[in-house]
Amino acid sequence: MIDLFEIFLTAGFWAATIRIACPLILGTIGELICERAGVLNLGIEGIMTVGAMSGWMWVYQGGDLWTGLVFAAFVGALFGLLHSLFTVYLGLSQHVSGIGITMLASSLSFFVFRMMLPSSTTPPKIVPFKPIHVPGLSDLPFFGEALFSHTPMTYLCFAIVPVVIYVLYRTPVGLAVRMAGESPMAIEAQGINVLTVRTGAVAAGSALMAVGGAYLTMSAFDAFYFGMINGRGWICVALVIFASWRPGKALLGALLFAGLDALQVRAQQVAGAFIPYQFFLMLPYVLSIAAMVIMARRARYPKALLVPFRRGERI
Amino acid sequence: MTALKIRGVTKSFGSLVANDNISLSLQKGEVLALLGENGAGKTTLMNILFGHYVADTGDIEVFGNPLPPGATDAAINAGVGMVHQHFTLADNLSVLENIILGTESLFAWKSNTDQARRKLQTLADDFGMQIEPDKWVGELSIGERQRVEIMKALYRDAKILILDEPTAVLTPQEVDHLFETLRSMVARGLSIIFISHKLHEILNISDRVNVLRRGKMVGEIETKKADRNRLAEMMVGREVKRPKVEHITAGAPVVELDNVVLPGAKGHRPVIDGLSLTIHQHEIIGLAGVAGNGQSALADLLSGLRTPASGTVGVAGDTLASFSPQAFINLGIGRIPEDRQEKGVVGDMTVWENLISENLRQAPLWRYRRLIDFHACRAFAKNLIEQFDVRCKSMEMPAKQLSGGNMQKLILARALQNNPRFILANQPVRGLDEGAIAAVHERLLVAKRNGAGILLVSEDLDELFALADRIAVIYHGKISQPISVNAVTVQDLGLMMAGDLAHGLTVQQGAAR
Repeated sequence: MIDLFEIFLTAGFWAATIRIACPLILGTIGELICERAGVLNLGIEGIMTVGAMSGWMWVYQGGDLWTGLVFAAFVGALFGLLHSLFTVYLGLSQHVSGIGITMLASSLSFFVFRMMLPSSTTPPKIVPFKPIHVPGLSDLPFFGEALFSHTPMTYLCFAIVPVVIYVLYRTPVGLAVRMAGESPMAIEAQGINVLTVRTGAVAAGSALMAVGGAYLTMSAFDAFYFGMINGRGWICVALVIFASWRPGKALLGALLFAGLDALQVRAQQVAGAFIPYQFFLMLPYVLSIAAMVIMARRARYPKALLVPFRRGERI
Repeated sequence: MTALKIRGVTKSFGSLVANDNISLSLQKGEVLALLGENGAGKTTLMNILFGHYVADTGDIEVFGNPLPPGATDAAINAGVGMVHQHFTLADNLSVLENIILGTESLFAWKSNTDQARRKLQTLADDFGMQIEPDKWVGELSIGERQRVEIMKALYRDAKILILDEPTAVLTPQEVDHLFETLRSMVARGLSIIFISHKLHEILNISDRVNVLRRGKMVGEIETKKADRNRLAEMMVGREVKRPKVEHITAGAPVVELDNVVLPGAKGHRPVIDGLSLTIHQHEIIGLAGVAGNGQSALADLLSGLRTPASGTVGVAGDTLASFSPQAFINLGIGRIPEDRQEKGVVGDMTVWENLISENLRQAPLWRYRRLIDFHACRAFAKNLIEQFDVRCKSMEMPAKQLSGGNMQKLILARALQNNPRFILANQPVRGLDEGAIAAVHERLLVAKRNGAGILLVSEDLDELFALADRIAVIYHGKISQPISVNAVTVQDLGLMMAGDLAHGLTVQQGAAR
């Protein structure tokens, strides 16, 4: 047991937590924006996959890293627009459309990957974002390695949270998004088009999800392979509920889950001899479910979540 | 000066013509009442004016300029404001947020809340309305929410204010307050369209009345020249005969509630809080109260849907031990639920299936203890349809295709066919036209003559005064003593509905003296 506690004292554990948290932060914030506007986006798993593939492919074909991120965001937004066409404009089931988008986007990613790189057996690699050395800070003992030895994209992921908080709670467009998830009729009665607001939110949220996926191929690793996202999208959907639809809590939730994940890898090494490793793989999920049960009891749903708005229909 | 001109507006939903070639005009500083029964097309017309709907034909002019169809922002910019019957407010946002939404460019970097606050305060002072900008809308009372809804329109500098059934959810005192506000607006040159089917309110507030019936504009009259009967006749299209109420001496108690408590949601006060009430044979007790004060919980209790946490419920002298809808049916309790479509019928099942649904386990419908005898069921249903005059093309059609009045007759037929000893009538005529209202009331009075005790829950005080022998008021789950209709006035009930239940005692003592 002593060994287990020592894990928390290693800088490597904290650095890993931050790395693992990044895609979850972007995915959760993206999903949160969609749901705050009243649209559940279960396409997240696929949109993260397509983001991971398209950002990576852009760089592999000779593009540079930052435009690669923009491209991943653009492709993610396209799938967001598709989801919005089905759920916002046609008012179809958000569950069905979301699952469909996930299947379409995942398969399409693998298909395009295979089409463009038919012969490769070992996954080809790119040169990903490199950790930046901050003079002074990076040389600090412990904190230097834990906090200040990350890639610029990692810092970007954390910087997005306060930006989203500001936009959601301090600007007119943020108010419109929140209102769209609470009472679409109230927006309509104030002369704003509900469908436009919802579409914009879904596209923006999907772009963030895609960038979250791209983090995996462009910052955490250097290659794209099948099953890469591995359920991270679904974790994000759960984290939104865990966070009660608040971006600050979403950041905490993502860090908590990432911490558990980083812990289980290290715990395997410490205690793997006596306990089957599957037990540790399961741990983050079991603890997330427990945390969800506690948090979600007080969760306050956006009232119009899952409710399509049809203009001009008999009220 | 003409503020608004509507010319030849027609709007259909499928085969239903909701508005048929309607024209009207509104002068500056005028209160125009739009009178009509439920379903006459008043709200549809206003939704077209405000841009929620697009009219099939016809055009609208506001202050001389044509109004583009189907655009709420254009209507707002032209100076039209609407107070919707179902408020368009988000409960989980603050009053200020609800009001400033849409007033700024969506892509501004910051909401200018300080300026908004100042403007709101100025408006509130001008019109004598109290507003707390930082409260959550969900925390406000219904009357306060309506003020926010009105303030939303004023904040957008509305010159024409549409109020859709604004008094339906208010106590009489709140109505007086609203009318004062409306008069101060008119004094400042605003024009108002006031939608209602309550005649006394229209006579009180309006300058001119336009009457709609079944989607058509059927008449216009200056309020000065109108009276109640004239307006009622215009609205309904014929003379309205109200059923006669006869006074019968009440008999033995049929339902006795003693100190009943139903707990509310966690962290909230009980929805029924120590309620005691006795209803006798040959008696109609009216239950008045602002919506949401425990009426539906009481109805659930008397339908067998909820079990009290404490207190006792007695039926015909016996104290009940178990609560279930089936037990209540077997005890001879007829139930007319509040929401016809939602709880009264199963819309997708046929008329006859709905008619037999409470009697399924009784011979002759139920044979060999397991099988339904379809012939017997249809015969049973046919008999009820004739007896209660349910008008349907065939008893095989889905119940949801019945008109509101006929659906209610179906429910009455099912509830009354066994001569129940007690009838729970929860808003039995809401949304019905005058003919159907008279039919429902007639049935209830017949049941009373036959010995039933009836609890009539209604938000329409006129209905209670017309039908009930005694009226009780429910407020925050507590109930007042029932007072004889001859002793109580609308003002008394208003005070009690606003929370002063003890006022009932004063009234009763006054009557005794």
